[in-house]
Amino acid sequence: MADSNPNITANDATPTIAPLLEVRGLKRHFPLKSGLFQQQKQAVLAVDGVDLTINSGETLGLVGESGCGKSTLGRVIVRLDEPTAGEILFEGTDIATLNDEQLQPFRRQIQIVFQNPFSSLNPRLTAGNMLNEPLKLHGIRNKDARHKRVYELLDLVGLQAEHYHRYPHEFSGGQRQRLGIARALALNPKLIVCDEPVSALDVSIQSQILNLLQDLQDDFGLSYLFISHDLSVVEHMSDRVAVMYLGRIVELASAADLYKNTYHPYTRALMSALLVPDPTIESTEIILEGNVPSPVDPPPGCHFTTRCPFATETCSTTTPQLKEHEPGHWVRCSRIDDIS
Amino acid sequence: MGKLTIAAVAEISDNQHVGNPSDVVLRIEGLRTELRVEQGVIKAVDDVSFTLHRGDTLGIVGESGCGKSMTALSIMGLLPRPIGKIAGGSIELEGVGNLADFSDKQMRDVRGNQMSMIFQEPMTSLNPVFTVGYQICEAINIHHRLSKTAAKARAIEMLELVGIPVPVSRFDNYPHQLSGGMRQRIMIAMALVGRPKIMLADEPTTALDVTIQAQILKLMNTLKSEIGTSILLITHDLGVIAKMAKRVLVMYAGVVVEEADVRDLFAKPMHPYTVGLLQSIPTAEHAIGGRRRLHSIRGVVPSMLALPRGCRFCDRCPDVHERCHQSEPPLISPDSDRRSGRKVRCWLHEAPQNHG
Repeated sequence: MADSNPNITANDATPTIAPLLEVRGLKRHFPLKSGLFQQQKQAVLAVDGVDLTINSGETLGLVGESGCGKSTLGRVIVRLDEPTAGEILFEGTDIATLNDEQLQPFRRQIQIVFQNPFSSLNPRLTAGNMLNEPLKLHGIRNKDARHKRVYELLDLVGLQAEHYHRYPHEFSGGQRQRLGIARALALNPKLIVCDEPVSALDVSIQSQILNLLQDLQDDFGLSYLFISHDLSVVEHMSDRVAVMYLGRIVELASAADLYKNTYHPYTRALMSALLVPDPTIESTEIILEGNVPSPVDPPPGCHFTTRCPFATETCSTTTPQLKEHEPGHWVRCSRIDDIS
Repeated sequence: MGKLTIAAVAEISDNQHVGNPSDVVLRIEGLRTELRVEQGVIKAVDDVSFTLHRGDTLGIVGESGCGKSMTALSIMGLLPRPIGKIAGGSIELEGVGNLADFSDKQMRDVRGNQMSMIFQEPMTSLNPVFTVGYQICEAINIHHRLSKTAAKARAIEMLELVGIPVPVSRFDNYPHQLSGGMRQRIMIAMALVGRPKIMLADEPTTALDVTIQAQILKLMNTLKSEIGTSILLITHDLGVIAKMAKRVLVMYAGVVVEEADVRDLFAKPMHPYTVGLLQSIPTAEHAIGGRRRLHSIRGVVPSMLALPRGCRFCDRCPDVHERCHQSEPPLISPDSDRRSGRKVRCWLHEAPQNHG
């Protein structure tokens, strides 16, 4: 069991602390039905066997291109989506198979902040009512206590008391994202899944929100699963980073380590495509040919074979496993010893 | 007297630096664009001037609502009707004339032939009910009288040029059958079919993944040198600017706040807004050696209907002083940097002789 999960050994230094969240062999397949009797012919393998852990107070970054399954993974962990297979252990309890009623106490603990601050807020609720709702649902009956908490939340995320009675359309993009964060914070969660929280924002606003997330983490000891396509934002925010490609994690390491020693050919290409805001740097770009293959019919063996400059015949027949190449640095590549 | 001579010399070397004046493909002087909305008139572009030289890439960078897209749409004559209009200034296109005075009919001739534009969303800017081949042929037929087979051959040639594999079979594909990167390649093929002098690219890679972005930027650079097109690149991404542009305009709330060569801008940004923008980008290096707080610019971009008095950036500027609230600074060459043709709109960098 332990050898199938990369993070157990990664945390050998502190073996006494159990991880806050542990995901084992998680799969989410979306069946595609067609034909006269709606038989299932194929499936979108959005998340195809993911193992990861998040420790208390830690930020785990999850990076990958569109369609790699990173958002689906986030939604499954929050149980907005049903896993097809696998376990989601939150403080030791498997929440993957719980029904809605059993999930209720865990919903308080795991919250999510969405990418689009325009569509993720109910346009008919004022900021105050929106923040009241989770408090009502989770049993704070006293109205005054609820109001007090709402004003506290607005203050926490840098909004003013006067914003209580405003509707989402009266806020700017950055303010709406603050509201989304306040909503996630309302019930004092332990884990927040941040699904591309800053990609819809301007640069100057983006840094405000990233700083806010870090401040809140320091104040409340929050853990984040920070999902983004932007490698530099993920590097900035995360303690450890997982790189995902077509439903699988291909590399996982501490943020500093991943940036210094990149092993997987896909991560290398991602890193080199990162545009550094410095015109004096002549980038030695590894330009990947072609597009990300469809997750409906991913290439056999290693999913990256079709675009990998180092691919051999064996790559397209055998599926490499995520192995610990260096202490705490996990790579899924069968040619790792030849190319590193 | 002596001062004048130095200034004159600086002026000359200025011109040499930015290239031969006859090389100018596009010269914009004092462009003003207004949008009439319910609440009043928005000066979306307020006195913007710049020149684009042959074979160059000029970048315009700024946040949403700063007027960068409106500048491009004014040049293309594609302002939203009926609310948008050019209220002043000139758009001089080499060998064509002042586009600001052109009628719709005249503009139709210019677009596609002399200038073309690619947009951020390759899905919404292609027509979903026609094949991509048909749409490219349409662009060819508007400007050149070619037979059906000749047009098709030309279209396939264009598809090949923009690096689409198996162009003959892709010709009959509909936009939804192509990936985002492929669609953007089709847009570029369509834009370049008339071998235009200028290609305006409005956030061409914002909707694309990083590995695809790298492909498209490389393609734009290759085609620029092959076809000899100049590029006006509009983006919010300073990384894209650093990679692509030679000269950069930084826009804020409808005005240019800084203009410089790309290396100067990144090495020594002068306007507090540019400084703030550059500092607020997380770079991977920062992550190494522990957590670092990102610099952030306080506040939000002001509403274009309620601009602060004086400098438009004064509410958010860390170096604000009394003068900033009184009057708006002009866009001038800072005294220390006359030779590189830099310009900055900030009282902090005002040349001493202008003190009067």
